[in-house]
Formats: sequence, structure tokens, C-alpha cells
Amino acid sequence: MTPDRKSRVRLAAGCRLGQNNHQQVLLMPERALRLNGPSLEIVQRCDGIHSVQQIILELQQIYSQADPEKVESDILGYLTLLNDQRALDFE
Amino acid sequence: MTLPLNNPLALIVELTHRCPLHCVYCSNPLELANRSEELPTKIWSQVFQQAAQLGVLQVDFTGGEPLTRPDILDLILSARTAGLYVNLITSGMPLDQARLAKLIEAGLDHLQLSFQGAREQTAQEISDTKSHAHKLRVLEWLKKVRVAVTLNFVIHRRNIDQIEEMLQIAESSSATRIEFANVQYYGWAFANRENLLPTRAQLDRSLEVIKSAETRLRGKIRIESVVPDYYAKYPKPCMGGWGRKLMLITPSGDALPCHAAKIIPDLHFANVKQASLREIWNNSEAFQKFRGESWMQDPCKSCDRRTIDFGGCRCQALLLAGDPAATDPVCTLSPKRRKIDTLLANLNAPLGAQLAPATEAALIKPTWLYRPNPA
Repeated sequence: MTPDRKSRVRLAAGCRLGQNNHQQVLLMPERALRLNGPSLEIVQRCDGIHSVQQIILELQQIYSQADPEKVESDILGYLTLLNDQRALDFE
Repeated sequence: MTLPLNNPLALIVELTHRCPLHCVYCSNPLELANRSEELPTKIWSQVFQQAAQLGVLQVDFTGGEPLTRPDILDLILSARTAGLYVNLITSGMPLDQARLAKLIEAGLDHLQLSFQGAREQTAQEISDTKSHAHKLRVLEWLKKVRVAVTLNFVIHRRNIDQIEEMLQIAESSSATRIEFANVQYYGWAFANRENLLPTRAQLDRSLEVIKSAETRLRGKIRIESVVPDYYAKYPKPCMGGWGRKLMLITPSGDALPCHAAKIIPDLHFANVKQASLREIWNNSEAFQKFRGESWMQDPCKSCDRRTIDFGGCRCQALLLAGDPAATDPVCTLSPKRRKIDTLLANLNAPLGAQLAPATEAALIKPTWLYRPNPA
């Protein structure tokens, strides 16, 4: 199910950014995901303020060399994955 | 062992073996630690610092019942200050609403609440304590606070037919994660094994119910389930491999590669009072014992799956094959697999004029060995 683009994205309760040995990670119950490059840029914007659409626009600007449609579909896929994992909520 | 060693990612901390429940499947060893042996706050704080320096990301506060520690708030604060993500594995029994608020204020990230069944009667039979109603109250309090919540339903023959009811409890709570954790047979669970193993029909049905719930609840609740490995074709990669991902510290400070490791004879375990976590992880006898492949027997040592499941579980190999270096007998490639097959065949045998095992089990209350509360 594709998320509503106007919805704001927020990390779920008990899910937060952390780091160890200079590696950025997303910490959640009994799991940790390594964050690098695009995944880090996306998760940093899951602040309850950015909407799905805003995240897409900002990342398309950062990764201006990449095909904007691919950036969009990658972001939607990644946000859906994190939502399925219950690491974030759409509000 | 010349391969580069990965650092541990999680630290399982058995703060105490004291507990208000007496569950018949408890993962604590049969020899429970006395209160007098428990490490003080100060030593645990040092352990958390060492863990973070070693690269550990998460700590699991467990026990027994970790909330029986009067210093639990200091421990949570200390773990967060060290930079660790804090999971609390609890029965919820010592909680009240005010205490819950204080745990979260101290920095608790995730609370995992255990359930012994979907009904008071089952919970009472399994834990020998009236406990279910209190857990439902805890769920109500959890709705009013912001913390990650997992409901852990420990599954076995006596409650595997209650999965739909368990889902109802979870769905009317604020939990975003459910674990359906089929009992693993060590310690107290091994002693009570004959009464805990589900039938194949029960297991198959439960998997259907869970699979359908996973789809229905996608985006709302994440479901994880662990099947009883006696019914599997290949063994589980126990703990992610011996000494590869996790480290467990007992209430008295012994460092173990897993919950049950103390049953392995002639193995010495280092203690955090005498050695640093780094020394223990890198060099201790217990952690080195089953790393790499040199200890493997046939068929493991030439098997393609050895990098996937590492030959299964050492403790289970000891319990079922008498040798901790043997292939885990749940593996269909193990020469000892027949033993498990016989056990399962007897459990699942059609009984003709007699009742099917599931029905019989539902009617007759088994004789249990209850886990006591240590001094």
C-alpha cells in the first residue's frame, strides 16, 4: 500500500537514531539497521514534520544526477518497508 | 581461530533469577542464582560502558524478573548514558502506573511484556500464579505512554489453540510488535517437554492463523514467530552462531555465549568482576570453544549449510546426542535425528478409539515441574 504523500512521517515510539564507531544506525526493538547515504538522508527526515512528498523533493535535489522517478519509487519503497517493520508511522 | 572477529551486537543481561512467576518453560538454568550473588549497580554500570566500547548496540534487561531489582531505574539510566538502546523483558507483575512512567523517564526504549496464554486459567496453570488480569491492566497503562511495546506469547501445546484470542488482545493494545515464541527445550522446558510439545496438526493450524494475521496486520503490527525446531528440517542458527553476535551475563557476572551454556561440561566461564568484556569476547575459553569450524564433526564439517546454521545448537546437541560438538540432532542430516522422529511419532500417533492427543491434553491437567523462586 503506497503511503499518502501528504502524510507526515515520524519515527515510531522506541525507534531512534544512534551510532557506534562512526556507523549511523536506526535502533528499534531487538534490531538495528545500518544507515548510509540515501537511507540516512531519508531517516533523518522522519521527524514528524516532513511529509512523504517533501522527503521525495529534498532527496531529488540532493541526488540531482539520479533519475527523479527512480528516487521517488526508491523512497516510497523504503518508507513502506520501514512502516512494515513498524519503525515509522504516517500521520 | 584466525578469522577476524565481529564484535557482539547485543548484551543479554540476566539481572536476577528472582521472579514472581514459576513458568514451566523458563529459560533460566535449573540451578538458579541466589540474591546474595547478584552484581551491584556499580559493576553493571562498568559492564554497560565496556559493552558500548566493544560496539554493542542493545542491552536486554531480563532475568528472572528484572523489575525485582530495586535499582532498575539507575540501571536503565546507566545503560542509556553508556549509549545503549534499552529493551526490558518483563512479566509486568511488579508494575504500577507510576513505576511505568518512571521507567520511561529513565530512558527505557522498549518494553516486551510476556503472556502465558490468552486466558487467566492457562496463565495460572503455566506460571502457578494469578497473573493474566494484571497484564491486561499493564496494557491499558501502556496506551497512555510513549514507548515501543512488544507482546511475547510463549507458545506450547497448552495454549497453541489460543492464537486468535492472543491476536485480539494484541490488537486492542498499543503493541506494534508480537512474538509468538514456541518453547525451546532447555532447562525447565526440557524437564516439562512431554507436556509442552504441540502436535503437528496444532502447529500447522497455528502457522496458518499467524500467516493470515501477518498479512492483515501489515503496517500496524509486526509479527515474528519461532517454530519448535523439533518440527523443522534443519536446525536454527542458535544465537546467530556461538560467540558471533550475542553475549549473556548471568546475575553473578558469568559471561555466557547463550542461556543454557552452563550445562556443557568441562567449560570454564569468565566473570565480569575479573575480566573486561573485550577480553572475555576475544579470548575466553567458553567463547572460543565453538567458534570457527575446527570443532565440527560429520556431517557438519563438510556440509554446505555450515555457514548458515553453524551445525545448530551446542546445548541441544549435548541434551539430545550427549555431545556438545555433535550435529544438532534436529537436523535431518544428523545420524541421531531418528530419536526426535520417534518422539514426534508417538506424540502424533492416531489413537484409534482413544482421543486425539490435542483433545486429551486439553482435558487432562499434566503434572508440571514448576520453577521455584530462589532465595
